[in-house]
Order: sequence, then structure tokens, then C-alpha cells
Amino acid sequence: MQWRDQGALLSVRQHGESSAIIEVFTAEHGRHLGVVRGGASRRIAPLLQPGAQLDLTWRARLDEHIGSYNVEPLKSRAVAVMGDRLALAALNSVTSLLAFVLPERESHPALYGHTIALLDLLGNSSVWNLAYLKWEMALLEEMGFGLDLSSCAATGSREDLVYISPKTGRAVSSQGAGEWADRLLPMPQSLLSFQWAGHQDLAAGLKITGFFLENHLAPALGNTPLPGARARFVDRLARQPSDE
Amino acid sequence: MSDTPKEIDALIALMAKLPGLGPRSARRAVLHLIKKRALLLTPLADAMHAVGASARECLNCGNIGTSEICAICTDEARATGQICVVEDVADLWAMERAGVFRGRYHVLGGTLSALDAVGPEDLGIPRLTTRVKAEAITEVILALNATIDGQTTAHYIADQLENKVTVTSLAQGVPIGGELDYLDDGTISAALRARKTL
Repeated sequence: MQWRDQGALLSVRQHGESSAIIEVFTAEHGRHLGVVRGGASRRIAPLLQPGAQLDLTWRARLDEHIGSYNVEPLKSRAVAVMGDRLALAALNSVTSLLAFVLPERESHPALYGHTIALLDLLGNSSVWNLAYLKWEMALLEEMGFGLDLSSCAATGSREDLVYISPKTGRAVSSQGAGEWADRLLPMPQSLLSFQWAGHQDLAAGLKITGFFLENHLAPALGNTPLPGARARFVDRLARQPSDE
Repeated sequence: MSDTPKEIDALIALMAKLPGLGPRSARRAVLHLIKKRALLLTPLADAMHAVGASARECLNCGNIGTSEICAICTDEARATGQICVVEDVADLWAMERAGVFRGRYHVLGGTLSALDAVGPEDLGIPRLTTRVKAEAITEVILALNATIDGQTTAHYIADQLENKVTVTSLAQGVPIGGELDYLDDGTISAALRARKTL
């Protein structure tokens, strides 16, 4: 068995004294693990940093084997994020969430595209934090728990959408909410329009996606808690000065 | 079945678990020890016994010593108001080999890792915060690896100590004796960002 693909590195774990088991989100083969011989060596280990874009050749005798990778680094994203604590926290959140939710060896081309676009923005642009929110929505969508914010679930109206139903993930207008308003989640501006409205509004958007990740997606995966890296990113974001 | 006595087999099996050794090299090492019994085997056994009985982790900094508080922590000359935070004892020894840092250390014992579920409380970070207050520390130097995990941990510690103490980190860039042609893109980029006026 052999294939060649590109992917973003999610995690590295030392295997024996000199090898490493890497976990990569690839374009055509989804989340895929494999052994890199010599992956713990001083020559290769610095290249195997989470977020790195790799050209991969995977080989195994049988398809169900873990197999081994030949890796060729295409792009390191570590330097761009290392000096920016918020971008670094976001990178950790992205890689740990993908490792947490994606099934092994299942292709997710749309999510892959969103992920690569976001990783390329991290630390290099001022718009990456909105892209991160969009990415979490894409993640929910891909896993079957997408939010439907196009119209009010009660009235069908496309105007005045100010709430989200915690049960269905659908938008609700103030008229449609009626006396149920206090049981609904408030809709942040950033979630509806992807317009920058400050860190606090973005944090409110992440609170919504976090709610669905935690209460809908995580239980479907065996009720394990979300990775701590996401909570640290959201916490860091909430502490950003509001004018930044 | 092996004809080797079971005591020697047991020794080989234990030696084979050491870093850098496998069953064959462990067998060779054990044979060498037995041949040099007076010169190596007996002194090694005595030294291992002594270390096994006395080695312990310093309750203050996490360094390895032979008493509850290590020699660095008890040395008054090293109360300079600086603490250097390192990932593990090997890093502390590397800093000591360089001989340029005269303050005290704090050994984390690892880095934050989502994959291995290592959180702040597993790393002795709360203990570091307590030390900063108790030892009147003025500067915390984060000497952590220039990896994603290392820098994530560094930023987390910097957040925890924000407005309490000056937090600095080691510079990143061209190593002494390094040639640009052989450096990776990331190191060159980091070095350029941290350039200085001559």
C-alpha cells in the first residue's frame, strides 16, 4: 500500500528512541497516523512542529497497518505564531480540536480547505480571529452539528435574528422568540455577519460554537471533555483589550 | 534457551531498557563490566546503590539532589532575585554547564500538552507563582524549548505572572558556529526579527 498526499501536522509523539508517530490532517486521506523513522532525531524533529505543512508518502504492507511516512517539509508555520501568544493558542486549539473530533482515515476536503486557509492566516494577518470563528462553524457543519443562521426557525424571517436555539442551532428572531427569549442563546454580531465587532463579540461567538461543541458534538464522541487548548485560547481571547 | 545464568540475564534485561542500549549492546556492556569487575562493576554497583538510596527531587525547585532542598536552592549567593524556568533537569544541567547564570531554577518537568493531557497543575506552575512571591523574585527567565509546546507553556506562564514580575525568555536565532546556508527558514526568520544594532 502506498499513497502520496499533503497535510497539516496535528501532533507528534515520540516512538522508541529515534522515531516518532505523527498525526496529520491530509487533503485526501483525512486524519491519518504513521511512523516517521528518525523522527525524533535532531535533524527531523525541528521540522515536525504542529501546524507544519508536509508532503507525505505513506507506505504499509496492509491498509490496516499504521504504516510509515516519508516526510518532506513544505511550510513551517511555527515561527509565525511563536511570538504571538493569541495565534499560538489558536494553533493549539485548531490542532487539538481536529485530533479530537475527526475520525481516522476519513476524507474531509471542505474542512481541510478551511483549515489550511486558517493556518496560513495565523500570525500573519489581523483577520485570522474571525477566520477562526468561521472555521469552528465549518467544523460543526462537517461533523453534522452545523448552525443554521439563515432565517428564523419560528417565523421564517431573515431580519432581526438575535437568538440561537440551543437545541437545534437555528437562528431565532426577536419576534419569533416571544416568551422563550430567556431560554435562547444571544446571537453575537460576528457569528451572523463575520464583521469585526471587537474581541468581546468574537469571544461571545466562540462561546456559542463552544456550547455546540461541548453539548452536542462531544457527547456524540463519547462524552469526553473538549481539549484544554481550546479553553485556554478562549480565555486568552477574552482577556485581550477590547480596542485591539 | 539461554545458557547465561539468570542473574546475568536479569542484569542484561535491565541494561537493555536504558536509553541508547538494546539487547545486544546491553549484553556487550554487561560482559565488559564482568571482565572489569574490580575496575568497573563493583564501583558502579556501589555508586548506583548510593544514588538509589539518596537521590531525590528538590522540594523547592524540582532539581535532582541528595537532600530535600538542593545545593542551588540552599546557596545564599544564588538568591539574586532571578529564577530560570526549564523544562527538565537535563536543561538545568545544560544551563549550569554554560556557567553564566548565577540565580536559581525552577524545573517544570514537561510542557503543556493537549495530546498527553498535561495541564498547568501537572507542571508545578502554581508552585512557581508561590516561589515568585515568597523569594522576592524580580525576574523570571523562561528557558524553554523553541517548539510549539515549549512556547505555549512559556506564554501560559507569562500570562500567570503578568503584572507580578518581569518575565523574559531566551533569544532565538543563529547558533554560535552556525552557517546561514545550513539553517532552516524558521531560525533565519526568528534571527532576522531579533536583529540588533552593532
